[in-house]
Formats: sequence, structure tokens, C-alpha cells
Amino acid sequence: MSESTELKVGVPGDTRLEKLNVEPPKSWLSRLPVVRDLKIAVGWQKGMLVTGLVLTAFFLIVAVFAPWIAPYGYAQIKGADGVAFPTQAPPSKAHIWGTTVGGFDVFSRTVWGARTAVIAIVVAVLLSIFAGVFLGLVSGYFGGWVDRVFVVIADAVYSFPSLLLAILMAIMISGGQSSLWGGILASGISITVVYIPQYFRTIRAEVIRIKDCAYVESAKVVGASTWRIMGRHLLRNSTRTLPVILTLNSSEAILTLAGLGFLGFGIEPTAAAEWGYDLNRSVADVTSGIWWTAVFPGLAIVLIVLGITLIGESLNDLADPRLRARKSAGEVIGSIEDTSVDSPNPDESLAAVAEEQALEAAETDPTERGGDTRTVADEYMVTQDPEIAVVVRDVPDESEGVIKR
Amino acid sequence: MSEHGGRNAQSTQSTQSTQSTQAGDALVDVKDLSVSFMTDAGPIKAIDGVDFVIPRKTVVGVVGESGSGKSVTARSIIRLLPETATTGGAIYLRADDDGDGVDVLTMSVRDLQRMRGDAAAMVFQEPNSVLNPVYTIGWQIEEGLRAHGLTDKKQLRAKSIEILDKVGIPDAATRVDYYPHQFSGGQKQRIVIAMALVLNPGLILADEPTTALDVTVQAEILDLLRLARDEFGASVLIITHNMGVVADIADQVVVMYRGHVVEQGSVDQIFYDPQADYTKRLLAAVPRIGQRLVVRDAAGDVIERKVDWRAEPVVVKAEHMDITYPGRFMQPDFKAVDDVSFEIHRSEVLGLVGESGSGKSTTGRAIAGLQRISGGSLDVLGMEMKGFKERRFKPLREQIGFVFQDPGSSFDPLMTILENVAEPLIVHGRYRTAAQARQYVGELLEMVQLPRTYMNRFPHELSGGQRQRASLARALALKPSLLIADEPTSALDVSVQAKVLELFKTLQAEIGFACLFITHDLAVVDMLADRIMVMHKGRIVEHGDSSQIMRHPSDPYTKKLLASLPVPDPREQAAHREELHELLAKEA
Repeated sequence: MSESTELKVGVPGDTRLEKLNVEPPKSWLSRLPVVRDLKIAVGWQKGMLVTGLVLTAFFLIVAVFAPWIAPYGYAQIKGADGVAFPTQAPPSKAHIWGTTVGGFDVFSRTVWGARTAVIAIVVAVLLSIFAGVFLGLVSGYFGGWVDRVFVVIADAVYSFPSLLLAILMAIMISGGQSSLWGGILASGISITVVYIPQYFRTIRAEVIRIKDCAYVESAKVVGASTWRIMGRHLLRNSTRTLPVILTLNSSEAILTLAGLGFLGFGIEPTAAAEWGYDLNRSVADVTSGIWWTAVFPGLAIVLIVLGITLIGESLNDLADPRLRARKSAGEVIGSIEDTSVDSPNPDESLAAVAEEQALEAAETDPTERGGDTRTVADEYMVTQDPEIAVVVRDVPDESEGVIKR
Repeated sequence: MSEHGGRNAQSTQSTQSTQSTQAGDALVDVKDLSVSFMTDAGPIKAIDGVDFVIPRKTVVGVVGESGSGKSVTARSIIRLLPETATTGGAIYLRADDDGDGVDVLTMSVRDLQRMRGDAAAMVFQEPNSVLNPVYTIGWQIEEGLRAHGLTDKKQLRAKSIEILDKVGIPDAATRVDYYPHQFSGGQKQRIVIAMALVLNPGLILADEPTTALDVTVQAEILDLLRLARDEFGASVLIITHNMGVVADIADQVVVMYRGHVVEQGSVDQIFYDPQADYTKRLLAAVPRIGQRLVVRDAAGDVIERKVDWRAEPVVVKAEHMDITYPGRFMQPDFKAVDDVSFEIHRSEVLGLVGESGSGKSTTGRAIAGLQRISGGSLDVLGMEMKGFKERRFKPLREQIGFVFQDPGSSFDPLMTILENVAEPLIVHGRYRTAAQARQYVGELLEMVQLPRTYMNRFPHELSGGQRQRASLARALALKPSLLIADEPTSALDVSVQAKVLELFKTLQAEIGFACLFITHDLAVVDMLADRIMVMHKGRIVEHGDSSQIMRHPSDPYTKKLLASLPVPDPREQAAHREELHELLAKEA
């Protein structure tokens, strides 16, 4: 094969060219979904994403450091001196957010509740994501009757109200009143049942789209095994939309846990602090003007769900070039991108061309964007046409690999 | 219609004339137009300081490679640009015969809406995505009229039937109530043109109107655009990368390169006396029928095959091969390939030509084991492919290379070029990891004239032509004895196509693999192939030596195919077009 290699580029052993052409190393951090999105966001989309991130980070910190932040334990009804806490006491120096009818400190319960919420999210996501992604891959790639059966089951599950399912689980697992893990598992499993079909559907749709791509066919022609195709090509290329569902899934998990607690199927107050349970207990207080027992756990639920949903929604918008906001140039500026393939002098030696390209790569910003042969300008033109825009959206947004700032 | 009659009478001068470029007579005057887009990577200028005029009743062809700003220029004329675009300069549109015209770029939104459709209409590349599948075509044609104030139902319907009749939809009075899916691709493009013509605009912007169509249909659509000029008195701005189309239809040509206009002139001047270097290079790269590709090595010697392919053993042999796709519920099976017999010798290039849907790709896929055959027999490298077992075929796969049409999707976007090209090597156990194959992949890339360092890049960082070369490197990684190339150059610009074809020919002569070269472009296949098969509706209608088929086609379909192919030479094409019309007249 080396007969035709008279057209060698560079000198053997000379690695300068190679160094020039290699992209500046990117830290793994900047490739993470959220971090990458944060970089490309502008305007109100950035505001949304940052707000979501701040809220979520706040609750995570509270959850991790709950024992140090909360002045009392979640089930504590007596001070260190053995004197019982007052019941339904308004906010004071000793109990900054007041106490409940059972004598719990509201502030401590709310702080400890963050921990329960975070555990519930992790459990729910872990339980559903692996099964959902795997089933989606298999079902999408093989198709046929396996696919039909999975799709029918997934559709059937969609028709279950998830809260009803959670109640059922709660009763099955722990007979209604439950411990920390019983309650979390009840909400986790019920969410899992509802969310596996969602992961399944998303991954399946992506796989069906990708499996007709020439690179999958190319792997088949080459003789790659089914597992190699699924693991190397399909899995990595189909998980692009996961962060969005993942965040939405998380907020749903919290709402279900809170809903269970509110209905009285949640976690016993002595096992863990849980916002839904606290809300349930405060129903009677509200009519008698005791606002502090309901407001704080309620706010906590609203804020954590808001934070996670904001992240999810802005990730969703940022993943779509049509929804992604950009600054306006304001005036006609910018350089014409080098999309030309025409070399002015056909006899020019390849080495010189390569060197030139290498230098260009190092100096200027090649701004060709990923996925297809369209240039940036063309792609933006195309997004005007709704039908074609779908195609553009499907072009994986690997722009971080090209666009060098 | 009276307005259109008046316009006709007013401009009776020859459309070929170039005096009409005088500013006073121009329909559109583009002055120093610049457009830039805000992207994630910062502002990018798509076009810079573009100046040209569109005279009345003239077809102006805009040519240039992809990314040269052709589409942006055309869309600027009706301000159909995304929000991220910023424009500079001016575009004067003289919708009425009086005055200096108005600047489209500073027009109010209301005026703009009136202008679109009324003064200028657009015809897009893909007719399928322009027509709304849930409305009848009549409704869609009427929509434009309604938007411009016509409300009488009877009149609307009469108008749409009239226009459908004009664009050559048979039985227009009935078919006005049909839905888009009931028409063929060519008819859909006719309907789209009817939608543009019904408001009788002075200007039609056609963005690659024939690129998605077969050559025989392309000839019909070009005739229709000629009709728009001659009968409706409209000017047509046609964007294309096909020099044959330009030679066939254009009166004036604008050549664009990297966002600038490098040359504008009459079609004769551009073709016979090109001034700009780029135009000369572009014309030199256009494939022409009857021009065999001759490749030379660095010393200037012609690279030839060392063996006579006729004496070589047969690699692929198909006998009465059928391939059917199972029909949907209650529908008959679709026979994509019907009773096809052929053979490919080692070191031979067999060209397989046909229009879309003729079964040519299916044949190629069957040889590569991507599609099972349903009847007859297909022998690939000594193995019968009817009812083959994947496990038994796998060892043979390393002897088969496949080059795909779309360079955009043939590489896994998340893997580097190294990993992609090394995949066949890893699958067949030559190397354990991509890193170990580095040295060899580097040699492969150099063989296809790509710098070694490109192996660290991701596919989207390469241009279309570079990617197609890398694709060739991957197909040749295992030194196959059979290569199937499924339209390897049809997604590429002319200048890139020329380079890829040259490379292909060199490698084929050096390595001597058997090759099935599938394409719809007769000129390309004529440059490369030893023998040509012409497929039509799943059958092989003609089969023989390429010079024989190109010069003396015997089958009527092949004749029509050859006559429909526009020749990139305006004078020759005029005669060629007459031949086609004669042929069609005889057929009818």
C-alpha cells in the first residue's frame, strides 16, 4: 500500500506539524453537558440556566451538610436539657422558623428534608436510567416483535397515574407507613415504572434514526458484531437528549415523594424528615393562622423543583439551534469562513498545503460546524425551513469540538 | 393577466443580449451586499461586497461551490434571512416599470409581505418539503392568491387550474383536488413553480430547483423555467452547482467564490472566454461525456493498470437475481431488482447507472450483504448470497470495501478519524486498539492524499471532499479485492469531485480491486468505467463497454438519459436540447 506514498507529508520523525494540528487539549470538564451548555448560553437563557444551577446547588449543599446546618435532629422534640420543645410556637430565637404541632423544629425538619429529597432523586434516576437505556437500545436496533411488545408495554404504563402507582408501591413495600428507605423506595420504584418508558422511548427513537446512518451501515459492512455496533456507535450517539429527561425526571421524583407524604403514605417522622409529611401535618394549622409550619417545607418543594426544571428546560432549548438565543452582530462583521475546497494552484505540493492548513488551524478559527457538509451560513439558512430544520436539529451538537474560543 | 401581456410587449428584445445590464433596465440591482451571521463561534461573514444586476426577462445563473454564498444572496433579495443575520449594502427591486425601485433591505415588513409573491417568488430545492401534505395542491396554489387579496372562490379555482395546465400537469381540472403525495417528484416541482408563477411575479428565485431530481425530470423543469421567462416575462435567478444546467438555461452567469462575485457576464462569455482564474478552474473540473480520465504520477507518466481485466477471474456473478421489499399490509411486495444478471471481473470498474428508485443502490447493498436477495443467485467472492449466514460471510467481509454517498453521515461523529478508519482493522483483529493502528492509518491517509495529522480530528472538522477521501481510506484499509462505491461523488462540488475521481482512478490502477461504481451521473461513469450497466425500474436495460454505450446507445431509455444530460457548453447544449425534444416527440 505504500507504493503511492511518494506524496508524503512532512518529514518522517518531524512532529511539528502534528503538534500544530492537534486541537488545544480540552479539559473533560468543559465537555460535560451542563458546563458546555453554560458556555454557549446567552441572555435570558443563560439567566434561566444559572438560576436553576444555583438553586439546585444550594439544595445539594444543604443536603450534604444537613447535620451541621440544622440546630436539632429531624426527630428531636426535646432540647439538650431534656425540656420538650413548645408546640406550634411562632418563630423565635431558639426556633427560628417556629415549631410544629408535634413539637418538631421547622427549620431543622426543612434542612433534613433536603437530604431525603436528594436521596429520592438519586434512587429514582439510578433505578430507571439503566433499564430504560438498555431496553431502548435493544428494542430500537433489533426492531421486529421484540420492539412491538416493548412499545405496547411502554404505552400501557403511560396510562397509569404515577401517584396511584406510588401509593400501591408504598402499601406493598411497607404497609403504608414506612421507614426512610421504604418511603424512598416506594417513590423511587413508582417513578421508575413510569420513567423507564420515557428513557426507553427517547433512546429508541434516537437509535432508530441513527441505525440508518451510513456509519452504522459502514460498521456492518466491515463486519462489526452487533454488540460492538450497539456499544460503540449507537449508545454514545443516542444519549444526547438524556440530560433533559434526567432533570425533568428528578423533579417528578420529588413531587411524587412529597405527594406520598402529603397523603400519609410517606416516611414516618421518626425515620426521616420529609416535606410532604410536614405539609400534611400543617393543614390544620393554616386555618388557625399558623403560617410557618406550611410555608417553609412548601417553599422548599417549590424551589427545588423549580431549580431542576429550569436546568432541564434551558438544556432543552440550548440543544436546539432554533430555540437557542444568540447575540446579534449589530453590524456586518466577521471574516468569510474558509469553506472553499478549491486550491488556487493545483501543482502546489501537498506538504505546503498541509502546512498552510496546519497554520490556519492554529491561527484562525475554523468555524465549520459539525455533522454534515453544510457550512454555518447554510445551516442557519436551512433552519428557516421547518421541515429541514428537524434534520438540522438531529445533527449532533458536537460544536464544542470545532468551535475554538 | 393584462399586466403580464403588457410586460411581454414592452420587453421584446432578445433575451440573450447583454445590453440589458444597463442599470435603468435592471429588475434587481444588488449593490455592495454583505451579510453576516451571528453564530456560537462569533460573527461569520457569508457574503461580502456582492454587486450584480438581474435584467428583465432574463435567466441569471449563479454558480459556485457550496458555502460560496449563493443561497444567502438569493434569499437576501426577498429578505428571507434568519434573525441572526445582519445585512449591509442595498438591493433595489423595481417591481413596477417606473422609478428607481425600492431597497428591499430597508423595506417595512408590510411592504415586504406584499412584495414577496407579488414581485418575487421562490422555488426551493426539495419540493417534498415545500408542499404541505395535508392540503390539496389547489388550496396551496390559491393560498398565495388569497394572501394577495383575491377572494372569489370560483375565480381562485379557475386560476389554479389554468396555472396547473400551463406548467404541464395533465388533467388539471381533476388533479387540482389531489394531495401532494399523489404526484411524482418532478410533478411536485412543477406545482411549486406553478405556486410561484400564479401571482405573475417579475422575478423567480430558484435555489437548486433540479438538484433533487433525476436528469430526465431536470430537463423538463428547465424547460418550464424557460417558459416562465418567455411566456410570463419573468426573470429567473437560478442557483446551481451544475454547469450543464447553467449552459442549458442561463442567459447571464454570476460566478461566486468565497462570498464574492468573481465574474459576471453572458453565458457565452463565461463558457468560451472566462476571465477569472476561478471560473477557468471550475470549467476545467466539469466532467464531460467522452472524456476518459487520465491520471499521471509525479513524474508525469500515465498510470495504467498492469493487467487486462477481461482475462482476470470473476469476483461477483449475479444470475437472474431478484430483490423484493415486503409490501405493507394489504399491499403487494415491491420488486426493487428484477431478473438481473451481470458479472464483475477482478480489476474491472463496472459502472451502474440509473435514476433514483431504479434499484442500483439495492444491487450494491446486496453484494455487500446489507440486503438479502429473494430470487436467482448472487455469488460474491465464491459465496452464494441467497440465504447467507452472517457468521459465514464475516470472514469475506474484509475483502469488501464500501464507500457511501453521504460523506456527512458515514463517520461516527463521536469518534476521531483515526478510530473510524481503524474500525475495520480492529474488527478483523489486525490491531487490538486504534492507538496501535496509528502508523498504518497514517499511511492510509497519505495514500488518499490527506495529511497524516488529520487522524486526530473529528469527522465534522473535515470538509466534504476530505471526508470522502477518508472514507475511501477506510474502505481500502483491509486491501479489499472488491470495492462498492455508492454515489461516492454526488454530494461533492465539481472541483472536489474531480479530485476524488482522480484519486479513485489512481488507486484502482495501483491496487487493482474490482469495483462496482454506482452513480446517476453519466459523465462521471464515462470517465471511470470499463463497462456500464444501465438500470431502469429494477431491470438492466443495457449492458456493455462504456464507449459503446455512450456513443451508440441502443435502448430508448439510455438514449433518453443521454439526451437529457445537459452538456456544459451552451452552443452544443442548444443542439443537444433539440435532439432531446425530437426524441421525446417521437416517444409521444
